[in-house]
Parts: sequence; C-alpha cells; structure tokens
Amino acid sequence: MTTIAEFSIGSTRILDPSGAVVGDLPDFASDRDELVALYRAMVLTRAFDAKAIALQRTGRLGTYASSLGQEAVPVGLAAAMRPDDVLVPSFREHGAQLWRGVTLEELFLFWGGDERGNDFAGPREDFPTCVPVGTHAPHAVGVALAMKLRQEPRAAVCVFGDGATSKGDVLEALNMAGVWQAPAVFVVNNNGWAISVPRARQTAAETLAQKAIGAGIPGEQIDGNDVIAMRHVADRALARARSGGGPTLIEAVTYRLSDHTTADDASRYREDTDVSPHWKQEPLVRLRTYLTAAHGWTKADEEALLRACDDAVDAAAETYLATPPMPPDAMFAHTFAELPADLEAQKAALTGGDE
Amino acid sequence: MSGTGAEISLVGAVNLALKRAMADDPAVLVLGEDVGIDGGVFRATEGLWQLYGETRVLDTPLAEVSIAGVAIGLAAQGFRPVAEIQFTGFAYPCVDQMINHASRLRTRTQGRLTCPMVLRSPGGGGIRAIEHHSESPEAIFAHMPGLRVVMPSSPARAYGLLLSAIRDPDPVVFIEPTRLYRAAREAVADTGEGLPLDTCFVLREGRDLTLVSWGAMLKETLEAADLLSDQGIAAEVIDVATLKPLDEKTILDSVARTGRVVVVQEAPITCGYGAEIAARVATGALTSLLAPIQRVAGCDTVMPYPRTEEHYMPSAARIVAAANRVMAYT
Ligand SMILES: Cc1ncc(C[n+]2csc(CCOP(=O)(O)OP(=O)(O)O)c2C)c(N)n1
Repeated sequence: MTTIAEFSIGSTRILDPSGAVVGDLPDFASDRDELVALYRAMVLTRAFDAKAIALQRTGRLGTYASSLGQEAVPVGLAAAMRPDDVLVPSFREHGAQLWRGVTLEELFLFWGGDERGNDFAGPREDFPTCVPVGTHAPHAVGVALAMKLRQEPRAAVCVFGDGATSKGDVLEALNMAGVWQAPAVFVVNNNGWAISVPRARQTAAETLAQKAIGAGIPGEQIDGNDVIAMRHVADRALARARSGGGPTLIEAVTYRLSDHTTADDASRYREDTDVSPHWKQEPLVRLRTYLTAAHGWTKADEEALLRACDDAVDAAAETYLATPPMPPDAMFAHTFAELPADLEAQKAALTGGDE
Repeated sequence: MSGTGAEISLVGAVNLALKRAMADDPAVLVLGEDVGIDGGVFRATEGLWQLYGETRVLDTPLAEVSIAGVAIGLAAQGFRPVAEIQFTGFAYPCVDQMINHASRLRTRTQGRLTCPMVLRSPGGGGIRAIEHHSESPEAIFAHMPGLRVVMPSSPARAYGLLLSAIRDPDPVVFIEPTRLYRAAREAVADTGEGLPLDTCFVLREGRDLTLVSWGAMLKETLEAADLLSDQGIAAEVIDVATLKPLDEKTILDSVARTGRVVVVQEAPITCGYGAEIAARVATGALTSLLAPIQRVAGCDTVMPYPRTEEHYMPSAARIVAAANRVMAYT
C-alpha cells in the first residue's frame, strides 16, 4: 500500500492556565487596552450569566443555557469579527452577541421568552439564537455564499457544540462551504458535553477539527480557554475567508462548568471531582493573571470592573422586567409579510372580535 | 395569461417562469442537484445555467438539508433563492429546515430577517417511477404556520403561480405534479404577470355538486366532471392551487349553491389536506349541505410501486362513484 494523502491537526495555545505565555503573542496582545476589552467582555458575559440564572431560579426568566467557563470562545471570536461579518450562533454565544452590539436587555428578553429579543437593534444581519442543534450551519453557508456572490470582503461565522458535529447538517455545511469556497468560519465550541453525553461518546474521531478534512477545508484545534489564541486563530481564518481563501473549521476546546441549562442537573452524570480541575483552566482567571503580571492590573481595577458589569446587568434586568409582554395578536404580526385573509379571521377570534 | 403565447408543457412553464424571474430580478438564484449544465432531471432549469452562469444557477452537492438551509441563508441576505429538490420523496430532510427555520425566521426576528425562498419539487405518482419518487407531502408543509404551499395544475397556472411564489416575501413550498409535467400543452404568454397565491380557481361551473381538488388530481377530476355531465349531472370543479393560505370563500360559495361536495386528493386520506377542506365546509356551509362530504383519496399505505400504483391513485371512476353517492341524498 502506498500513502496518497496525509493529514495533521495543529493546536494553538498562547496563554497557559497559569497565565504564562507559551506561544507567540500576536500584535494585539501587546496592547493593554485590547486585552482589557477582552477581559471586560468575558466578565460582563459571566455577570449576565449569573443574573440570568438567578432570574430563572426565581421564576422571572425561562430555561437558560449558561456559558460559564467558556466565555473565551465567543468573546475571542467576536473580537476577530468585523461589524459587517455575520454571526450565525448556537445558544451559548452570549459573549459574542454582546460584543457585536446585541444588548443585555435583548438577551434577557429572548431568554425571557419574548421574540423582540431577537430583533437586534445592533447587528441587524446576525442570525437569531438557534435552538435546534446544528441546523444553523447550512444557513451560514448561504450567508457566506451571498457575500461571495456579491464579491464582498465579508465572512459568516457559525458556532456550534461538540454534539452538533454529529449532525448531518453540520457535515453537509462544511462540505458545501468547501465546494464553494464560501467565506465561512465554523467554530466548534467543544465544551466536553452534549447534555449528559461526553465528547468521547460523540465520535470516535481523535479531534473534532479533523471533521474538516473530509470536507477538504483546513481544520485546527485551539485551547478554547485562551482568549488570545481564540482571537488570533479566528483573525487568521476570517482574513483568509474575506480575501477569498475559503472556509475554516476551528475546534475550541473548553469546558462546560455549569449545568447544560437551568433545566438540567449535571450531578446526575458527572462527579464534582471531574469538574473541579477545570476551574483551574478557566479563561477569566488565566487572562487576569496575565494582565496582573504583564500590565499591572490591580485589585481596584478588578473591583471597579466587576461593579460596572454587575450594574449594567442589573439595570438591563430591570428594564427587561419592566417591559410588558406583547399583546396576544402580536403572534400574527410577523407570520407573513402580509396577513392572509384566512388568518385575519383567526386573529379576530383570538382577540375577541367577530369571526 | 394564456392564449397568445407558445404552447408549452407544465414543466416548460416552470422553466419559462424561472427564466422570467431571473431576468427581472438579479436577486433570483436557482440551486439544487443537477440544476446547472444538466438543466435538472426534468429539465425544469434547462438553459438557465447557459443564460446566467454558475453564480446564479448553482449545482449543489447531494445534500437536501443544506439545499434548503443554504437557501435560508441566502434569503436572509436578500437573495431570492429557488431551491429544487429533485423529487418530493427527498424533501423530507428539508422539513426540518422549512419548519424550524424558513417558516419562522420572520417571526423569530420580528421582521428583521426574512426568508423569501421557494422550495420547488416534483411530486405525486402515476409516472411509473421507482420507490420514493411518487410522494404527496403537501399536507405536511401546509400544516406549518408561516409557509405557503402551492400546487399548480396547468401550464398557465404553473407559470403565474411560480412567478408569484418567487416574488413572495415569505417562504413558499411549490409542488409540481410530475404526472402533469408533459401531459398537456397550453398557450402561455410570457407576460411576467403572476397569479394570486390566495385564490382558488373555478375551472368549470356547475349547479349540482362541487368537486374540489389540486395538482395532478385535477386531471381525473375534470374527466369525472365530463362523465357526470353525460349522466346529466353538472359538477363545478375547483382547483385549490394554493393550499396555504386557503381561499375558503370560493369553496364555501360554491357549496352554498350546490349543497354537495367531493374532495379529491392523491395523498393518503388520514390527516390529508382534504380533511382540512371538509372541516372548513362543515364549519362554514353546514346548513347548505344536502349530503355528507365525501373524500376520494389515496390509501393510508406506503405508496405502491408502479405495477400496482394505479390501484392506489384515485380514478375518474372513483370520483364519479363518490359523486353519485352524494347525489343519492335527496
Ligand atoms: C436537533 C436537536 N436535537 C436535540 C436537541 C436537544 N438538545 C439541546 S442541546 C443538546 C446538546 C447539544 O450539545 P452540543 O452540541 O455539544 O452543545 P452544548 O449544549 O454542549 O453547547 C441537545 C441534545 C436540540 N435542541 N436540537
């Protein structure tokens, strides 16, 4: 037998869990303000997360999917995006959405069960949160194809979980993006779990990045708790996509520190002893340690930031709680561009009018 | 609409509408398996690739989920994709995309993102095709809020309805009766005029009973009306054409005059679209009814292979028999 093709999967880490620099620092990472912005976004995401869970526990928010411990993936990714790129997210990308201009109020509205939360005042072309697992991957290919057809130097960015990589939709999308060299960047947010099913039970493949190989596109792994690596690798992939170089699959290895959602109890399928080592790897601590050592981040800086983030989140929660729900007939408002006559009757019946 | 143009088949009318829509609007794209140089397995997209090139006529990999899903992404970006699924038997993977995404993108985002796409596919049996090539899934799509479902039954209506489907700001599932693709020709003028997507067409007027059908079954339904006419029974024939939203008024008005109704569908009877029409008639025209509503339909069986499919497909004789049953009530 002769070998006719060989493949390898690279992995990138720049900051290790102790906050030590173990790779080549990209340019942006020498700028204190840039790093603080990334740190702030992760802290804000975590503050939102805590508030969302608290509201859910007290019956004031619906089922919520936490991103605790995996904030570096969406934040690093969004930091690499330009405003006119399009985010096609799964349901744990609050950090990316906030960075891109979706407001805290909108996120609360969405998780509170109000469609207006998806009517982003900010990134108007970004897709709404996708609840079905992996079904949004082909949408990103369509968005990217649209950009390519219009010859725009833009890219679509799609995030999905490790479980999603088992879906045909995701594999189809990677394949199609490869065929068309669509300007799409796919990110596997590999947090180790698909509800109770561990990564090892999802696929026999050694990495998820290698799912790219079958599609003929580049795939690489990164330490997903290293926001610098995330942003750096995403920067590169996005630049390539925007300049006609085609799609990329990035596997960001992180860990889900929380329950799957507020409706889940992770203690049913994993031990605390399995989880606790991951607290030493998580993304906020490592960047904070580095900021302290390299850029003189102080306790006072930290306290001021925490307070500012908590205040912003609290204010947004108040606004959300004070927003009255939509009236019953609102459900008809956007079913079609123009309401067909046979639905007018249903609407009238619902609102107590005559049929 | 019809009358002054060349005589073309139903699939020719689909092709003509696609050409027209692409000429009128550069945002219209066609994608699907073999739609490019091959012109589609039924030639519905013939010549488009030569006219508009591979940036507007996209041969896709063999992946139905993504054909629908990619169309959603394109539509959200302002294109008007017309996605072809080669046979409706292979449109089932798209059900997820159409139901969970296409139909609700507008609602989910409160109108910020919309999905002006068409999913078109040849459907129905009677063409002696192999397994999975003869399915009638219209009720599955019609059940979903936010989708329009259209089934033309003549070249002129195929042309006008497809143009309107492509121009519609919301997703449309457009099922083309394969059996009628080349069954008849009709003069269709390429006027660029669409037909309304909320209107039933009265194909034949009659005072004694109302026959309601859509798609390929109009062929047998019209034949049955001829046979009934030989018996001295005047049947009104309605082509539903757009199943969702339903123009219930045209049907109810007709039943109000005739008092009798037979609904004809090729799809399996249980939970089929005929049940919807029967329910609407029972609700809206009960006091006009002189006889129970009859349904002539396919069976709740797997669509049989070609050697026995004729037993499954409603025939003109079965429609006449149902009509005679409703006429027997005095
Ligand atoms: C198509 C589909 N199947 C099942 C579910 C129920 N479900 C929600 S999240 C989830 C696990 C997803 O795991 P993964 O893709 O790894 O993402 P994570 O939740 O870990 O971020 C499942 C099975 C769903 N939402 N969609």
